[in-house]
Amino acid sequence: MKQVLSVLVQNQPGVLVRVASMFSRRGFNIDSLAVGVTQDPDYSRITAVVCGDQATVDQVIKQLDKIVEVVAIQNLSHTSSVTRGLALLKVRANERRTEVLKLAEVFRANVVDIQENSLTLEVNGDDEKINALAELLMPFGLLEMIRTGLIGLTRGDNTIYKCEEIDEND
Amino acid sequence: MKMSGAKAIVECLLEQGVDTVFGYPGGMILPLYDALHDTTALRHVLTVHEQGAAHAADGYARASGRVGVCIATSGPGATNLVTGLATAYMDSVPVVAITGQVPTDVIGQDAFQEIDIVGMTMAVTKHNFQVKDVNKLPEVIRYAFRIARSGRPGPVLVDVPRNVQTAKIDFYNLSPQCEGEWHLGAGSINLIDEAVKAIKEAEQPAIIIGGGVINAEAHNEIKSLAEHLHMPVVSTLMGLGGFPGSHPLFLGMTGLHGHKAANNVIHNADTILAIGCRFSDRVTGDREQYGAQKTVIHIDVDPAEIDKNVMAHIGIAGDLKKILIMLNERAAAKDFTNWWEVIRAWQTDLEIEVDESRLNAPLVMQNIVEQTKGIDTIFVTDVGQHQMWAAQYLKIEKPRTWLTSGGLGTMGFGLPAAMGAQFAMPDKKVIHFAGDGGMKMTGNELYTIAANCLPIISIIINNQGLGMIRQLQHAFYNKRYTACILPSKVDFTMYAKSFGIHGVNVDTLAEFKTAFRRALQSKQPEVIVVNIASENLVTPMMLPGASLDDYVDL
Repeated sequence: MKQVLSVLVQNQPGVLVRVASMFSRRGFNIDSLAVGVTQDPDYSRITAVVCGDQATVDQVIKQLDKIVEVVAIQNLSHTSSVTRGLALLKVRANERRTEVLKLAEVFRANVVDIQENSLTLEVNGDDEKINALAELLMPFGLLEMIRTGLIGLTRGDNTIYKCEEIDEND
Repeated sequence: MKMSGAKAIVECLLEQGVDTVFGYPGGMILPLYDALHDTTALRHVLTVHEQGAAHAADGYARASGRVGVCIATSGPGATNLVTGLATAYMDSVPVVAITGQVPTDVIGQDAFQEIDIVGMTMAVTKHNFQVKDVNKLPEVIRYAFRIARSGRPGPVLVDVPRNVQTAKIDFYNLSPQCEGEWHLGAGSINLIDEAVKAIKEAEQPAIIIGGGVINAEAHNEIKSLAEHLHMPVVSTLMGLGGFPGSHPLFLGMTGLHGHKAANNVIHNADTILAIGCRFSDRVTGDREQYGAQKTVIHIDVDPAEIDKNVMAHIGIAGDLKKILIMLNERAAAKDFTNWWEVIRAWQTDLEIEVDESRLNAPLVMQNIVEQTKGIDTIFVTDVGQHQMWAAQYLKIEKPRTWLTSGGLGTMGFGLPAAMGAQFAMPDKKVIHFAGDGGMKMTGNELYTIAANCLPIISIIINNQGLGMIRQLQHAFYNKRYTACILPSKVDFTMYAKSFGIHGVNVDTLAEFKTAFRRALQSKQPEVIVVNIASENLVTPMMLPGASLDDYVDL
């Protein structure tokens, strides 16, 4: 089972290493890890896709919570949320170029580079959508593919900052 | 007031109430040593090796409950602290380590004695820092102390580049910040009520205490609860002293080398109340079986310990004292006479018989119990067979009087930790135990002990070998003894004498009695070498990873 955890951390040097090394040290499996700044330069946000049963994910959350720089943790899989990843896919496309472009259109992928024998698509979406496009492009010759880790936010007014306030009052 | 970063560190240490630091100088920490020169309020203890400084800070903290402090230079000085920090980390001991670092403008250039100690100690500290801005130095030192002692305590390392130590800042004193008090939330109260209900329904309950009880100073609360409910109490290796060792409700240590009666109680209990213990594999054996067919109530300060190793039916995270007080108020006493009859029968039937035909460690431990009655002692052990014999036979009555490396099992811990304990508690009699193996690892700290004239009694259980290794090879490697025999080439009394310390060899119980009686009177460091047979085994011995009633046939 995969669950998406969103982690608000203080923007300190080494915080990503601290989080990543905790995962590896304790033998937790992660599918992806994405990190980036927030609207407040003092904080960064890490999104981790964790595989494991509920007990494992619960333990991951508790261990994350022990890291001094971790401010708040939200389990996006437990609430209504949007998650997105970005992928770049370089496809062989000479005589079957039109077919590739048609597929791209269906997936609302953008063409970001086009050459005589290949083209590169940019697609965003959840894991399933990107996987589906990659699979469909395989027969054409998928030359290379790269993707970012998943990022996500809850739907509605709820934010990770509110989640932090609740934590403190508990 | 304008002052250097180094001076600010000293000021911050004094603010935190630090009176003793253990360390070893080197180029990148010299500004701090220079600042130490100006203060008389802070005693610096120069150890023989940085590992000794780290273990001494750890021993100081374990014995006193205060934060232990150690100092080392960059590079090798810092790496030599690592084993000591890991030892403190595994046993949740509050230690602050301050290391020197190469100046900020050469960090990353493989400068002389440069090492990424922050990266290196991430896995063995509760938290660590590198301070690159001198203006942040005081707040970081203060924060380091707060982290080290709050919640589940642990070691914190602060790495300070040399130029940050010499840079000037405006320093203002701040008194240490008080911890925000932990309050029982509604959720916890509901859980306590569930626990009360589970205890009410129990026919065969037991309490298991761990080192968390000592950290939380919840020993009185445990005693009240156990006496009120008339429940049997067992302890993990780390919990010893959390409950009086000679109390009629106390059944001894549980775990791999635990007392059979204590293990039986846990194995057969229908409800266990685990307080401040983390269900280490040495305690549980097979974790699936451990919690099977019983209700597990787990109380710990660290929420991550609940459901980590053994799944709890009721898990309560928070301040042990407060939780226990409330539990005690709400739980009703119940008659467990039938259960106690079974337990008392185990105690009689399963008592280990001590061989009195020749000198051995259990006899020594029993005699120490006798001779130290009424004396305020602190027992410090190293790691191995002697540690288990000490845990089994000494009666530890009070918290912070049993110091041992439980989680990491660090050989060489004992002597420097005993040294730290004696500095923290000058009025207590510190009795240190080591095997001949461990004594060879850090025995050099006898120099520090001699230099400071610490009246520590070191008892070396000498079996000319690595007894625990030998025992494992005896049990599981078909008696193929490899790398565990230490030819008798060292006379530890001569070794002690080279530091000006009086030492004596004993080969019989009578000789030991006399030597120990004499040592107890002494105001000087003393070494007693107890020569025992190398074949002696620690019994009982649970089959590692098996259930609590599955013992190795030795």
